[in-house]
Amino acid sequence: MRAAVIVFPGSNCDRDMVIALRESGADVKTVWHKDAELPQNLDLVAIPGGFSFGDYLRCGAIAAKSPICQAVVAHAKRGGFVLGVCNGFQVLTETGLVPGALMRNAGLKFICKNIILNISTTDSAFTSEYASGADIQLPIAHHEGNYYATDDVILRLNSEDRVAFRYRDNPNGSVDDIAGVLSANRRILGIMPHPERMVDGQIGEIGGQALFRALIGQTLTD
Amino acid sequence: MKAIISVMLKNGVLDPQGEAVKSALGSLGFDGVNGARQGKLIELNLADGTDPADVTEMCKKLLVNEVIESYTVDIH
Repeated sequence: MRAAVIVFPGSNCDRDMVIALRESGADVKTVWHKDAELPQNLDLVAIPGGFSFGDYLRCGAIAAKSPICQAVVAHAKRGGFVLGVCNGFQVLTETGLVPGALMRNAGLKFICKNIILNISTTDSAFTSEYASGADIQLPIAHHEGNYYATDDVILRLNSEDRVAFRYRDNPNGSVDDIAGVLSANRRILGIMPHPERMVDGQIGEIGGQALFRALIGQTLTD
Repeated sequence: MKAIISVMLKNGVLDPQGEAVKSALGSLGFDGVNGARQGKLIELNLADGTDPADVTEMCKKLLVNEVIESYTVDIH
């Protein structure tokens, strides 16, 4: 799999994302936000966590309008895989590639801790290696992770089986306990918790490994 | 010319910051604050003759997230 990790000013999980993808076997390049083009023949674009553009205006809003994001949208429209984690999820909602918005946590505090997530669907390139209905542990680290979408959007997400991950013990007020959602073609995942931070058994839990293992088997030519 | 853009969370969208403001006012002894909503105000200095439709476009493309926010524009 050929993957690119986008780097914005303020990204701070880009190196972890590169390592997680590379260790899983992907050919990974990093791409600076001012570049107008992605590398050729790309399968996956990963948008990492952090505080792109200082979270000015709204989290992810300025990044979503950067030159490279137009290329990411074009990649997505061709059926390319996109993974947005934390601030990357916020960027994806701001581009409209996944529905909804991420608002200030209901408790108004930045939350940094490990949480339990339930795998809500295994029908995606991101979750197919997890056991159906399993609980996994991943870390969260966010101030604006409170997922919001209108009732009809939530109904549609549920009826189309597009909620990928749910919080067991909702930490931030997200509607319907949603922690991660899929696009209509199931090739784009936005997720608030950080799978790339739990892939190395030598430094702790490995709840994120299966996501990268599943993803790495995907190419656009299949 | 100037455009003053007021951005507020839509009605029905929970505003935890507004709730915190309301609760803090209550704890300061201000009774009768039945609700508080917090938004933002963006002031643009525009070239004379800018088409107001352009300002609407700016709001839709960048300044406002219409999933959760509503806005008003005042040009003068």
